[in-house]
Amino acid sequence: MKHQYVYGLAALLTIVGLSVFAYKWQVLGFPISKDQETRVWTIESSISFDSGPGSIKVNLHIPTLTPGFRMLNENSVSRGYGFSLNYGTGGREAQWAIRRADGRQTIYYRVSVFEDPKNDQSDTTPPFPPPPAINEPFRTAVEVIVADVNDHSADTASFTSELLRRMNDQSPDPNIELLLSDADTPTEFVETITMILASARIPARMVRGFRLQGRQRNAEQLVWLEVHDGDRWRYFNPLTGEEGLPDRYLIWWRGNEPLIRVEGGSNVQVGFAVQENNLDTIAIAESRAAKKGTSLIDFSLYSLPIRTQAVYSVLLMIPIGAMVMVVLRNIVGIDAFGTFMPVLIALAFRETKLFWGVMLFTMLIALGLSIRFLLDRLRLLLVPRLSAVLIVVVLLMLIISMISHKLGLETGLSVALFPMVIIAMTIERMSVVWEERGPADAMRAAMGSLAIAIVAYIFMGIAWLEHLIFTFPELLLVALAMVVLVGRYTGYRLLELSRFRALAGS
Amino acid sequence: MFAIARRLREAGVLGLNKRNTNFIMRLNPRRLYPRVDDKILTKELALAAGMAVPELYGIISNQRQVREFAGIVGDRESFVIKPAQGSGGDGILIVIGRSQRRRDTYRLSNGVRITEAEIAHHISNIVSGQYSLSGNPDKALIEYCVQFDPVFADLSYQGVPDIRVIVYRGYPTMAMVRLPTQASDGKANLHQGAVGAGVDMSTGETLTGVLENEIVDEHPDTGTLIAGLRIPQWDFILQLAARGYDVTDLGYLGVDIVVDRDLGPLILEMNVRPGLSIQIANCTGLTGRLARIDELYDETATPAERARIARLEFPAERQASMPFGQ
Repeated sequence: MKHQYVYGLAALLTIVGLSVFAYKWQVLGFPISKDQETRVWTIESSISFDSGPGSIKVNLHIPTLTPGFRMLNENSVSRGYGFSLNYGTGGREAQWAIRRADGRQTIYYRVSVFEDPKNDQSDTTPPFPPPPAINEPFRTAVEVIVADVNDHSADTASFTSELLRRMNDQSPDPNIELLLSDADTPTEFVETITMILASARIPARMVRGFRLQGRQRNAEQLVWLEVHDGDRWRYFNPLTGEEGLPDRYLIWWRGNEPLIRVEGGSNVQVGFAVQENNLDTIAIAESRAAKKGTSLIDFSLYSLPIRTQAVYSVLLMIPIGAMVMVVLRNIVGIDAFGTFMPVLIALAFRETKLFWGVMLFTMLIALGLSIRFLLDRLRLLLVPRLSAVLIVVVLLMLIISMISHKLGLETGLSVALFPMVIIAMTIERMSVVWEERGPADAMRAAMGSLAIAIVAYIFMGIAWLEHLIFTFPELLLVALAMVVLVGRYTGYRLLELSRFRALAGS
Repeated sequence: MFAIARRLREAGVLGLNKRNTNFIMRLNPRRLYPRVDDKILTKELALAAGMAVPELYGIISNQRQVREFAGIVGDRESFVIKPAQGSGGDGILIVIGRSQRRRDTYRLSNGVRITEAEIAHHISNIVSGQYSLSGNPDKALIEYCVQFDPVFADLSYQGVPDIRVIVYRGYPTMAMVRLPTQASDGKANLHQGAVGAGVDMSTGETLTGVLENEIVDEHPDTGTLIAGLRIPQWDFILQLAARGYDVTDLGYLGVDIVVDRDLGPLILEMNVRPGLSIQIANCTGLTGRLARIDELYDETATPAERARIARLEFPAERQASMPFGQ
C-alpha cells in the first residue's frame, strides 16, 4: 500500500512537471534548445504635418488582425498628444489629439511583430453587402460582367479568380475597359473590383499592408484583395488572380478608408520604415505570456538579475548531479565517501575542466592524506585534528596555485574552487577507512567517489540540459519523481550481480 | 546481465535495496535503533532480560575520564575497548596481555605492543566521536575480553571468532561463523577480510567459507578445513539469538554471539543492518527463508519454540559438508 503512495506521488510530480513544461513550451513558446532567436520586425510609421491654428486630431489605421504574424509590442511617440485606441470599420485606429500645436508636427507609431505561421486570425463573418448604388453607364457594365463571370464559375473563389483574370486581361472586353477607365492606381483598381464583387453580393474588401524584408527606409504599401466565401476570408492577388498571401505580408488595415485622417493639419506625410532584428525567443515568449496574464512567467528565472541567473544556472544542475549519484549508488552500487561529496566535486570540475579537475583533486587528496598521517602521530583530538587538516588543505591549495602560476599553468589557479571543507572531511574519512579497513577499501571508495564525480560532471555539463532545466525549472519535479522512484527500487544493484555470482552459478 | 539477475532472484538472493526497503525500513523503526546502536544500552537491556553478555568493566564518557582508564582496568590482564556507537567493528581495541617488565605496556591481539598513552589517545578519539555513526561525541566501553572456546582454535588467526545469526521477527533465520584472519587484523568482520562460514541451522555444523565474496574451503592462515565443525551449545545459541528480538523489538536483526571457554555463549552485540554476505557463506538466498517465517509466524511462540522451528525448517542442503567417516 505504501508502494501506491510512492507511485502516485511520482506520477503526480511527473504530470505536474511535464504539463507546466508542455504549456510553457507549446503555448508560451519557450524554446527547448539554446540560443534560439526569432526574427522580429519593427515597423515605424512616422506622420508629419503642418499644424493648423485650432485643435488637431490624427486618426491612423493600425494593424488589427495579422495572419502569419504575432504582435510583440506597440507604442506611440508623440509630444503632448492625448492617445487613444478606437475600433473602426477597417480595424483598430490610433487617435492622437491636441488642443494646440505650433509648427511642423511629427508623430510616431511603432509596432514589433514576429512570424508565427500558427497565427491564423480570421475576422468574423460579414453580412452580405448591399448592392452598391452605381450610375449609368457603369451600372449596366457591372451587371453584364457579373452575369458573364457567373456563367463561367462555380463558387465564390472561382468567381473571384475568373473576374480577376478578366480584369487583368491584356485586351479586356469593353465593359471592363469602361470600368477601369479612371482607375489609375492599384488602390482604385482594387476598389473597382470590390464594387463589382459587392454587386454580385460577395463580401470583399481591400487589404493594405507591407512585405517585410530586411531593412526598408520607405516601405511600399501593397494592395491585396480579401473575399469571404461564406465560411472564411480568402486572399487573392488582385493582379494575377492567384489565391493566397505573399510571403511575410503584414496586413496593416482593411477597407477603402484612407490610412490617415488629420483634422486641423495640412501637408500630411506618412512614411513607413521597417527594421529587422533577431530577438531572443525567450524574450518573445515572456512578453507573450505577460500579454496573456499568465502568472507562471512571474516565476521565470529570466526575470532575476543576470548575476543571480548565473548562480542559479549552476545551482539548478545540482539536482541533476544528485540524480546521477542516486542512480550510481542505488542501482549500480558504487561506494563513495560522503553523500554529496562527489556532486560538489563535480561542481568544482565545471570550472577546472575534467583533466585538471581530476589531477588537482588527486593531488590534493594525496598530499592531504600524507600530511594527515603525519598529524596522526601527534595524537590530536578529533575537532582540532579536523581543523588542522582543513588548514593544511587551504595551504595546499595556495601552494598549488602559486606553483602553477609560476609555471604559467593558469588552470592550476582554479584549485581554489574546490570545496575545501568537503575535501578536508574526505581526507579525514579516508584516513580512518585506510587505518581501519586497509588501503584497498580506502582506494576503492576514493575511486568510486571520483568516478561518480566524473559522471555527474559529464551530465551537469550538458549544455542543452542546463538550458532546459533553467528555462523549465518545473522539470526538477520530474527529477524528484525519479529519485522518489529509485528510493523504492528493490531490485539488485548492478555490482551485487558480481558480488553474489557464486549463488547464481548453481 | 538480466539473466544473472533472474538467476539470483530464482535463488532467492536478497539484495541491499530490498533489504533496506522491505525489511529494515518496515520492521526496524528508527526509534528502536539506540537499543542496538548504543552498546551500553544493549548490554543493559540484555542484562535486564537475564541474558549472558561480556562483563562491563567501565565506561569512559568524556575526555576528563580518559585518565581513569588505568583505574578501571585495574590489574586485569586482558580487556576490550570499543566505542559505544561504533559500526562495522571500527575502533575496537583487543588487549590480550601486558608486557612482563612494564605494567603500562600492553599487548594487542595482533601482537603489537602499545603504551598506556597510546591507549588513552585511542579512547580519547572514541570519546570525541571518530568512530561513532553520526560523528557525535561517544562513549568508550571497557569490557571483558572473551576467551574463545578451543573448538575454534584451528579456525581463527588472532582474535575472537563470533557467530552471526539473522533473526527475522524473532525467528533465527540464517547463521554464519566469522573467523578472523591475518588480513582482517584479528577482527571478525567480513569486509575487513575475515572468513565467513555458513552454518547448518539444524545441527550447528559449519559449511563452506566465504572470503571477499569468493567461496573458500580452507582457512587462509591456518589451512584448516572450514566445513564440518560442530559449534557447541547450538540450541542455546539459537535461543539466545531469538531472545535478542524480545529485548530489542527489531524485526530484522543480526545478533553476534561469541562462545566463551568458561562462560559459554555470550551476546556480543546486535546489528540493525546485518550484511548480506551471509547468503554467500550459506550458498542460500534469504528470501525463501524469510517468506517461510512469514507463513508460520506465531506471535505467542517462546524463544525456545522459535529456535526449534529454525532447526526444523532450515537444515542445510548437504552439498558442502564432508561425508562422515571419510
